[in-house]
Amino acid sequence: MTMNSLGRSRLRLPTVSVAALAAALVLAAPGPAASDGGEGAPDIAQVTTTFPRAVALGDVEHGRELWEFECAACHEMGRGAEDGIGPQLNRVFGRRAAAIADFPYSDSIIRMGRDGLTWTYRTLDAYIENPYALVSGTRMSYPGLEDADDRADLLAFIRLYSDQPADIPEAEPTARRVEVELPPEVLEIRGDREWGEYLASECTTCHQRDGAAAGIPSITHWPEDRFVVAMHAYREGLRPHSTMQNIARRLEDEDIAALAAYFATIDD
Amino acid sequence: MTIKRRTVLAGMAAGSAVLAAPAVMGAGRPKVVVIGGGSGGATAARYLARDSRGALDVTLVEPTRTYYTCYFSNLYLGGFWDLADLGHSYGTLAARHGINVVHDWAIGVDRDAQTVTLAGGDVLPYDRLVISPGIDFVEDSVPGWSVAAQNRMPHAYKAGSQTELLKAQVENMREGGVFAMVAPPNPYRCPPGPYERISMVAHVLTERNPTARILLVDPKENFSKQGLFEEGWARHYPGMIERIGPDFGGDNVSVDPEAMTVDIDGVVEEVDVCNVIPAQQAGRIAHLAGLTNDAGWAPVLPADMRSRMDDKVFVLGDASAQGDMPKSGFSANSQAKVAANTIRHELLDARLFPARYANTCWSLIATDDGVKVGATYEPTDEKIATVEGFISQTGEDAELRRQTFEESIGWYNGIVADMFT
Ligand SMILES: Cc1cc2nc3c(=O)[nH]c(=O)nc-3n(C[C@H](O)[C@H](O)[C@H](O)COP(=O)(O)OP(=O)(O)OC[C@H]3O[C@@H](n4cnc5c(N)ncnc54)[C@H](O)[C@@H]3O)c2cc1C
Ligand code: HEC
Ligand code: HEC
Repeated sequence: MTMNSLGRSRLRLPTVSVAALAAALVLAAPGPAASDGGEGAPDIAQVTTTFPRAVALGDVEHGRELWEFECAACHEMGRGAEDGIGPQLNRVFGRRAAAIADFPYSDSIIRMGRDGLTWTYRTLDAYIENPYALVSGTRMSYPGLEDADDRADLLAFIRLYSDQPADIPEAEPTARRVEVELPPEVLEIRGDREWGEYLASECTTCHQRDGAAAGIPSITHWPEDRFVVAMHAYREGLRPHSTMQNIARRLEDEDIAALAAYFATIDD
Repeated sequence: MTIKRRTVLAGMAAGSAVLAAPAVMGAGRPKVVVIGGGSGGATAARYLARDSRGALDVTLVEPTRTYYTCYFSNLYLGGFWDLADLGHSYGTLAARHGINVVHDWAIGVDRDAQTVTLAGGDVLPYDRLVISPGIDFVEDSVPGWSVAAQNRMPHAYKAGSQTELLKAQVENMREGGVFAMVAPPNPYRCPPGPYERISMVAHVLTERNPTARILLVDPKENFSKQGLFEEGWARHYPGMIERIGPDFGGDNVSVDPEAMTVDIDGVVEEVDVCNVIPAQQAGRIAHLAGLTNDAGWAPVLPADMRSRMDDKVFVLGDASAQGDMPKSGFSANSQAKVAANTIRHELLDARLFPARYANTCWSLIATDDGVKVGATYEPTDEKIATVEGFISQTGEDAELRRQTFEESIGWYNGIVADMFT
């Protein structure tokens, strides 16, 4: 599937509605605090829906099935979990992106980890929905999980392998299901290329027109929807990076569409 | 004259070809002269020529054949960048964009006749004039120092041979010697520039001459990124740097270049290297053209960098008095694009877009320890005003600082490509 055909429904971002389903959601942690390597983390087979209030976040049992089907080929969780094709995901809530020492992460996710990307409900939701939208050059070759309910269920399950939720400020008790999307109208805006060209002159002080990338990534010839999603992710603070957030915050939806149109077809 | 031109502009805005015609078609293509081929001028010339695809006659007047950027010249001092990589030529602007690059000094502007006179005798007519001459120093702002003394006490605040000289002096300083800097009062080009320089000198001395001392004499209470610099100095160069602010007489300084002494509020210090960065004002040609105010800067309209003295003239970069934007290469580059769009609108009826101003300034404190500060800006009635800013934080981890430094290299390559390719 190309990014373009993923299209409307796939490209959802936390911009509009914020529906908090579980107000006072407190997940009990299974077992004592675990070290990063998974010591003390529950055995994956033992974790079941014995945490009823987790249902408020999502259906853990369904999440577990999704985990087996969607993620387990590459990731491990639970006691003794090791890195596989992907890094182990014990205590991933509250963890800095790309924090497992020695795991051969992509440059892209390493960069964002340094910028401050931390795994919270919101950032995990966005990453699982569309890995490339959050981390352009990620090595995780996973097409994304489109259905918001599925993601909520999956994250409820993954949460069981993270620390005492109350100890992780971003995660819980505030971990809530954030149901947000970039409305189709926004993705349908046809970019005014000439306006985009003018706006782009702000970008080319740093991003080179010919696509050269040393120290600052290339933004030329991207599929437009991927570009739009990335810019919204900076604007909403989902992608860390003070400079890009600052720049994106004064861009209107139309500006972003115009920039996407221009950079997609830029000729040096 | 001004009133008549306003009428013409109003006509153009309303789409009146009849009124527009004489101004635009008169002597063939409309002429824009750009004085100064630095951050503001080179960007303006390039955007004017490129975006008008030959419809404008663009002349760039710049005396030097190679522009040495001030940005990264501190990194050259510190041994992190080559001199050759600071230099950029105008070849591509001429060959690719059809800009007439004239290597000469502008020595006069006749704003009534709309002409610029060059030292070589040429007289260039213009429909619009852009000037971006950078800064000149205020005479006697540091008593005892004058441009004639710049070989004994370099300023290195225009890059090139001055930077080379200062680097050689630092590297050859006697063991345990004293490096002094006389920092400038506000406003001046590149607010963090002197402090990045202190960092780079400290880096060199720590490696080559660790018992040397650095004396920073500063007339200002506070300075740009102060917390970040002071944290970095304490960490990387403990005990080496002493800053004498205004509370200890840092605002009452004179120098004696022959004796190599600095007099700080009556206390005379013998020094081995002395970097004097005097108070600054708009480049001389802005004064000669009658575009400056009492403070020595050229006031402009926030919406498009148009001179408040003459609406056919645009002043960019360090020379302009515009409001909140720092005097930086990034700012000058950003302002140039706004002015270029306005000029193309007025002369070629191109679409006019609202101003978008921005700036980010990186500084290197030590190896792989980069920091940055930046903001977006918008025109208000009164000035260019800050919308929202950001700054690196103290206590950031080493990886992030390294990444910030790498980013600055990306920016350097980006901005010089945006000016010269
Ligand atoms: C040490 C140092 C570090 C800096 N670091 C940074 C940084 O990291 N980032 C940043 O954004 N900025 C930095 N700056 C600031 C930056 O260099 C200036 O703000 C910027 O270059 C200003 O652009 P400008 O067009 O106004 O002037 P300039 O770039 O100085 O260009 C002026 C040009 O006009 C020419 N000129 C002058 N008079 C005439 C005349 N009469 N006729 C024809 N030509 C003329 C000059 O030869 C010169 O080439 C730094 C400055 C210094 C000194
Ligand atoms: C085909 C293998 C593969 C699949 C399937 C996969 N991942 Fe990944 N995952 C990776 C790789 C490889 C990385 C490292 C990413 C990088 O370096 O950019 C990663 C990284 C991650 C990270 C970031 C970890 C960190 O340390 O920052 C999370 C979270 C994650 N994956 C969750 C999931 C979830 C949840 C699923 C199932 C929906 C999933 N992944 C499916 C391979 C995979
Ligand atoms: C001051 C320099 C600077 C300017 C100006 C700038 N950017 Fe960026 N941009 C960066 C840096 C640095 C990054 C890497 C950020 C990160 O680590 O997430 C980046 C990242 C991006 C990315 C994501 C790239 C990726 O591979 O994930 C996009 C898209 C982007 N910028 C678009 C823009 C647009 C559009 C503009 C103009 C409106 C712009 N940028 C202006 C410095 C800049």
